Amino acid sequence: MSKYITMIGLEMHCEISETKSKVFSSAENSYKSTPNVNVRPIDMGFPGTLPVVNKEAVRMALMTSMMLGCSQPEYMYFERKNYYYPDMPKNFQITQETKPIPVGIYGKLEYECNGEMKSVRINNIHLEEDAASQDHYSTYSTIDYNRACVPLLELVTEPDFRSADEAVAFLETMRSIYQYAGISEADSKKGQIRCDVNVSIMDADKDPSDPKNWGTKVEMKNVNSFSGVRDAINYEIKRQTELKEDGTYDEMEQQTRRWDEETMSTIYMRAKVDAIDYRYFVEPNIPKYKLSKEWLEEIRKSIPRLAMERKQEYIDKYGLSNYDATILVKEKAVSDFYEETIKLGSDPKIASNWVTSVILGHMNKNDLKISDLYITPTMLNDLIKMVNDGKISSKQSKEIFYKVLSDKKEPKVLVEELGMKQIGDDNTIRELVCKVLDEHLDLIEEHRKGRNVFDYFVGQVMKATRGQANPSLTAQIIREEIEKR
Amino acid sequence: MKYMNLSIEELHELLISGKVTSDELVKEALELSHQVQEKCNAFVTILDDAKGTEVNDNLLSGIPYGIKDNYSTKGILSTGSSNTLKDYIPFFTATAIENLEKSGAVAVNKTVLDEFGMGGTGTTGHTGVVKNPWDTTRMCAGSSAGSAAAVAAGVYPYATGSDTGDSIRKPAAYCGIVGYKPTYGMISRYGLFAFASSLDHCGVLTRSVKDAAIVVDNMKGIDKNDMTSWDSSKINLTKSLTGDVKGKKLCYIKEICDESMYPNASKELKEHLKNYRGVLDKCKELGMIVDEVSVDLTLLKALASVYVVISCAEATSNMSNLTGIVFGPRAEGDNYYDMMKNYRTKGFSPLIKRRFVIGSYVLQAENKDRYFHNAQRVRRLLVDTWKKLFKDYDAVILPVGSGPAKHLDGSKDILDKDTQILEEHLQIGNFGGFPSITIPDGFINGLPVGVNITGNCYDDENVLNIAYALESSMNYKGQIAKEVSHE
Repeated sequence: MSKYITMIGLEMHCEISETKSKVFSSAENSYKSTPNVNVRPIDMGFPGTLPVVNKEAVRMALMTSMMLGCSQPEYMYFERKNYYYPDMPKNFQITQETKPIPVGIYGKLEYECNGEMKSVRINNIHLEEDAASQDHYSTYSTIDYNRACVPLLELVTEPDFRSADEAVAFLETMRSIYQYAGISEADSKKGQIRCDVNVSIMDADKDPSDPKNWGTKVEMKNVNSFSGVRDAINYEIKRQTELKEDGTYDEMEQQTRRWDEETMSTIYMRAKVDAIDYRYFVEPNIPKYKLSKEWLEEIRKSIPRLAMERKQEYIDKYGLSNYDATILVKEKAVSDFYEETIKLGSDPKIASNWVTSVILGHMNKNDLKISDLYITPTMLNDLIKMVNDGKISSKQSKEIFYKVLSDKKEPKVLVEELGMKQIGDDNTIRELVCKVLDEHLDLIEEHRKGRNVFDYFVGQVMKATRGQANPSLTAQIIREEIEKR
Repeated sequence: MKYMNLSIEELHELLISGKVTSDELVKEALELSHQVQEKCNAFVTILDDAKGTEVNDNLLSGIPYGIKDNYSTKGILSTGSSNTLKDYIPFFTATAIENLEKSGAVAVNKTVLDEFGMGGTGTTGHTGVVKNPWDTTRMCAGSSAGSAAAVAAGVYPYATGSDTGDSIRKPAAYCGIVGYKPTYGMISRYGLFAFASSLDHCGVLTRSVKDAAIVVDNMKGIDKNDMTSWDSSKINLTKSLTGDVKGKKLCYIKEICDESMYPNASKELKEHLKNYRGVLDKCKELGMIVDEVSVDLTLLKALASVYVVISCAEATSNMSNLTGIVFGPRAEGDNYYDMMKNYRTKGFSPLIKRRFVIGSYVLQAENKDRYFHNAQRVRRLLVDTWKKLFKDYDAVILPVGSGPAKHLDGSKDILDKDTQILEEHLQIGNFGGFPSITIPDGFINGLPVGVNITGNCYDDENVLNIAYALESSMNYKGQIAKEVSHE
């Protein structure tokens, strides 16, 4: 048992990637590697431009608020956060403060961490615009306005996480929620997720529910990957614990630090007393508007089944193991593929085996996404059906699977082309068996004497059919025909 | 040849009947522009290569007009009368101007304003002081100074304006013409350089109420680029001018216009108020009911401060985009912040910088409730007071300012602190987004003065019709500035 309790709070920024246009601009909202192509005059702050709220972004923000168990406001407001920065051409950001209330306040989310259910309180979630992105070189910097005004959801938790594992498990859950709800790809490689992390430690023998016992809050800005969040938290716990042990912890001021990936350490930026006054006020160009109960209800009803729900269903309804169900729901696209296959008639357990071992195995080995594969749920269903109907053997079906991917042809076509049909017809096989037996009357004698020639007969039938005869049926018929003689 | 002193309808008749061509009108307006530029310094840009357009059924087609230089015009220098944008050529056109272009209107110049509309004198634009065509030793008031001077001088029948406190309606009074700002959001603000977004209105300066109605009918309309714009397609201002105002109810506010409120009134103010009382009599003669009402003086005295706090706060944020990095003349500097600082320090006039300081101060966390939020509360109280009046009355009728145009050399005017409410009350029209129109109502020493009529939101037709009837009962419609002589 550690001498200290760690308190961790997160501010998670996630870009909404699934709207057609940006949040206050009619420019396209899409990730582009070519800089400055998704730009309208307002994205660069030209005089006379005005923000226009994207209703779809508001809908997605409200849906997130609901999924996090937050309360939604009666009226929508936006506010201006005023500060000068090169990546913000207007030099103010349109965002939401906590008063008047943003798209969501005071929620709670259950999430799983190392097999245990945990819970975190959500302080608020708000909708705002992203800034442009910058790249710095030795003598100059470049700015890309593609990202300016992209809708961004900022979620603020209470300091309820007690370890880096919990914080990261929460972030993974949120990523899955954003993906399942069709709100964001939530891809940190595209810079769609960025986090600010608060860490403090306090004596373990004191009551953590009393803020008086809390330690000094240290905030780490712009941690851009989940592994970064884990490393930054662990580094900071270690650093703060050492201060405690040295007896210098109480001298530490409330401060903002920066996580440095290269040195794997946090670096002091500024003290809380130097915090910027953002001079917030209500954005006058966006009239406050009432959110109708009907619309909110419509949004609530349209919340799709999330990963947890799907997983439980796979276990309860399909009898899958917790392990397999967990793997299947990890990526929404994979889970969708699996469900589609079942919908077409495949047995849930067989389909699960295919997806979790064959398909995911291939994807992981080659670092591919399921959408990169040529195979569709319909094709997988066909494969499974052909095995079930005894048309091809299970071994053949695997061969066909890889052929589908490499040749980009449908399984049915490949089976046809390769002449890979299983002979399951009783009469056809019986005819062949009789022919083989007639040719080897001497061996039947040997068989009766006790020599094992059974496998030889099976082999002969297989040879004659180029492996297409159903093996178990062939064996059965051979047994019957020998009995007859 | 002299057509530009005519009304829009008269010009339209001449164009339709082929007695004059659009090109001829444009040529005349350009010649007059150069003359008035010499005399009044009213323009930032004169569009010498402007060409006439095809004349069609639209009353505005083929007729020249002027654009205040804080409207964004594609391919045409748009400075906001500020050094910070002295070479800025936009690549998009303001919706209101686009609407006029669609009507076939021909822009012939861009008019001078107080820098970004922040000022009421017409003296702070980067191209210098705008002089009043009635008396070039006097100001036009602002900020739509160039537009007012040009329309009064007869360069064309109308010019666009913008109005955040009284920037259309006061210059109109000082120049003896009509100034109208419709209900907030009737005309899109997209492409208007923002001063204080919650108070900014687009509008027009003309020489008659009918011309104002015709122009705004063509400028207005809901705009997908401005969320505060609304659908006014059922409103036809021009058609609403019947002149029938029998039984309409007007009120005036004792605390603003009663002579007893100004014990130290100057001779000019006394004449102005006397003239105004005569106008009230005319209203009664037209069959309107005119009542005196009373409003808490404490509330009225807070008006000017409320305006300063809210407008400066919004302005300091709105104009943060002016850094010289993306547009405007980029300044030198070792880093981004120095470049920005040098650009803003050099580019803005001291008046604007002072307002930015006030705006930042009132928004700071420790001051915000005391200043900014309180100002918003008082704004609400004032608007509610006026809305209550509009339950009983069609409009409030009040004198504009405390007399005729002030001298450019301020020392010639006797400063009277007591008249502040009289000078500032038009700002209530911006607080509430009310439709508000100033029309000329007489002369003092050969200089024009004006009266203002303000009504409830969305009641523009009613307000304009009252102004139209009143205008018809006086002799100042369509007047062109005649320079007063100085002995």
